[in-house]
Amino acid sequence: MSGWLQHLPILPVVLPLFAGAAMLLFGETRRRARTILALTSTIAQLVVAITLLGMSGGLISAPWGSDVGVYALGDWAAPFGIVLVVDRLSAIMLTLGATLGLATLVYSLARWERAGAHFLPLSQFLLMGISGAFLTGDLFNLFVFFEVLLAASYGLVLHGSGATRVRAGLHYIVVNLVASLLFLIAAALIYGVTGTLNIAELALRIPLLVGDERALVDAAAALLGVVFLVKAGAWPLNFWLVPAYGAAAAPVAGVFAILTKVGVYALVRFETLLGDAAPAPFGGEWMFYTGLATIATGTLGMLAAQQLDRLAGCTVIVSSGTLLTAFGFDGYALTGPGLFYLVSSVLASAAFFMVIEMAERGRAIAADLLAVSFEAFGLQDPQDPRQIESVVGFPIPAAMAFLGLAFVLCAVLVTGLPPLSGFVGKFTLLAAAIAFEPGPGSNAPHPGLFIAALLLSGLAGVVALSRIGTRIFWSTERSVPRLQWTEAVPVTALLLLCVALAGGAGPAMTYFNTTAQYLEGRGYVEAVLPGMTVTEGFAR
Amino acid sequence: MEIILALAIGIMGGSGVYLLLRPRTFQVIIGLSLLAYAVNLFIFSMGRLNLGRAPVIVPSHGSNPAFYADPLPQALVLTAIVIGFATTALFLVVLLASRGLTGTDHVDGREPEQE
Repeated sequence: MSGWLQHLPILPVVLPLFAGAAMLLFGETRRRARTILALTSTIAQLVVAITLLGMSGGLISAPWGSDVGVYALGDWAAPFGIVLVVDRLSAIMLTLGATLGLATLVYSLARWERAGAHFLPLSQFLLMGISGAFLTGDLFNLFVFFEVLLAASYGLVLHGSGATRVRAGLHYIVVNLVASLLFLIAAALIYGVTGTLNIAELALRIPLLVGDERALVDAAAALLGVVFLVKAGAWPLNFWLVPAYGAAAAPVAGVFAILTKVGVYALVRFETLLGDAAPAPFGGEWMFYTGLATIATGTLGMLAAQQLDRLAGCTVIVSSGTLLTAFGFDGYALTGPGLFYLVSSVLASAAFFMVIEMAERGRAIAADLLAVSFEAFGLQDPQDPRQIESVVGFPIPAAMAFLGLAFVLCAVLVTGLPPLSGFVGKFTLLAAAIAFEPGPGSNAPHPGLFIAALLLSGLAGVVALSRIGTRIFWSTERSVPRLQWTEAVPVTALLLLCVALAGGAGPAMTYFNTTAQYLEGRGYVEAVLPGMTVTEGFAR
Repeated sequence: MEIILALAIGIMGGSGVYLLLRPRTFQVIIGLSLLAYAVNLFIFSMGRLNLGRAPVIVPSHGSNPAFYADPLPQALVLTAIVIGFATTALFLVVLLASRGLTGTDHVDGREPEQE
């Protein structure tokens, strides 16, 4: 039994790969078979992810005997082979990704899945890319998984077609293709200098570099930082985000809520592994000010947004900015609360995208728009699947009451008002920022800036959301949208998870704080490269 | 040899960036392809430029790495070429869809207003 359990870390990559590939063989007409396959695979991924979470947290005894699991592909030991690494951080992200995958999958079954070709296989490949990016311990492999998730996301962002989607998708694709090319340059440069692509070995070698080699690695790190910041949606690299997320179909936008966090994850991973030797883009100050600027753009965007889907895109930017700023603090005081905020905000924004789509279904198009923005964002899509009249299953009663409640809960979560988990996340961030004391001699940025930005963005969020919410739910010119149980259940589940996160805030925060302590130590490097010592940064 | 390769990478990269910033989708896709070529050559050069070294194991050379070219950048280039090829093909489809849906090949989906 334990022999099989050893192979658990590869499952989040292999399961969606095979499930997605098998679905392609079934053809569009065998929808039932495809649906069952997709549900089975996604539920299995969630189970695997939760098991890995338990193992890395020490709740379930792990076959690798410590809380960092290293899976050597083909049994080639690191640094020669490619490894997958399961630690606390990647297990948290993995579970989050699988949760979103399942919720959006169930949601999409009601109608969106039929709005275009190959939705289910593409979403499986997206999950594969996301899981792989969280698991891999190899820089080039990280690039490959980024490409897998991006390729799938290119397909998904166009799902449902229509001029608005294609236009937003075009920009999204170009920006990400350029970012991928930068990633390649950075990876090649790092390999050229250090002679390795294994992230743990890089953590050993980079601090030893001096002179020209150090400068080259700094340049490569700058490029790498740009790539991750593009993914994270940091200002000024985030202008593609709002149109693309707004135009994407609701379940797609829901699962995209974690894509920006893949960038944040990569930044945190490199920052913590390289420690004090981290080149500028991963070090504190840069990330702090970039994060502040990102919060500012997102906040202004929220206030200016006329459409709910654009507003939701802006909340994603604000949460990215908050995370970048929090992780930009010196040391690890804000890392635990930051992770809590990350989980809560990803769950909330995914639910938010889906609630918005349901709430807008019953409305005359452009009822909430000013004349100017209606002109700017185009006419009604003729192929918009929101117009599909055929409805499967039973519509749920009291749809408006459900939607109103869900909207309020989402608003409370994304703005960080009590009593839900958004508040706990923001409160602990603020508490940690107030208690923060910069080390002697450090010219760390003032925590007051962070506190002000966090509070102001919350206030702006409340203003913007209540304004738009009033127009939607207290409007008399609307028909009640028809909802399916399969659409209401995933939203409810995501919101209940946030409630549970608030209820179990104590244990959850302990877990996240332990994760932060683990990140501070050298556990990752020691697990991947046991006993390896490096005396020279330069490999040749 | 170094200078020729560096010039090739520089010229292709420069032309690629220029085309990427142009407003027509066809220019953008050619720009992306040129940039991808430049990047592929760059990755290749990161294995150091050598002449007359064996790419795979030759029994008479034994296991001394000094006799062999670095195989890793070659593997990376191969992966990058495949991925670049796929994404370019995908972008081409989106480009055509955009042309069909909006009636223009401008990247913003509409012609700039004449002044």
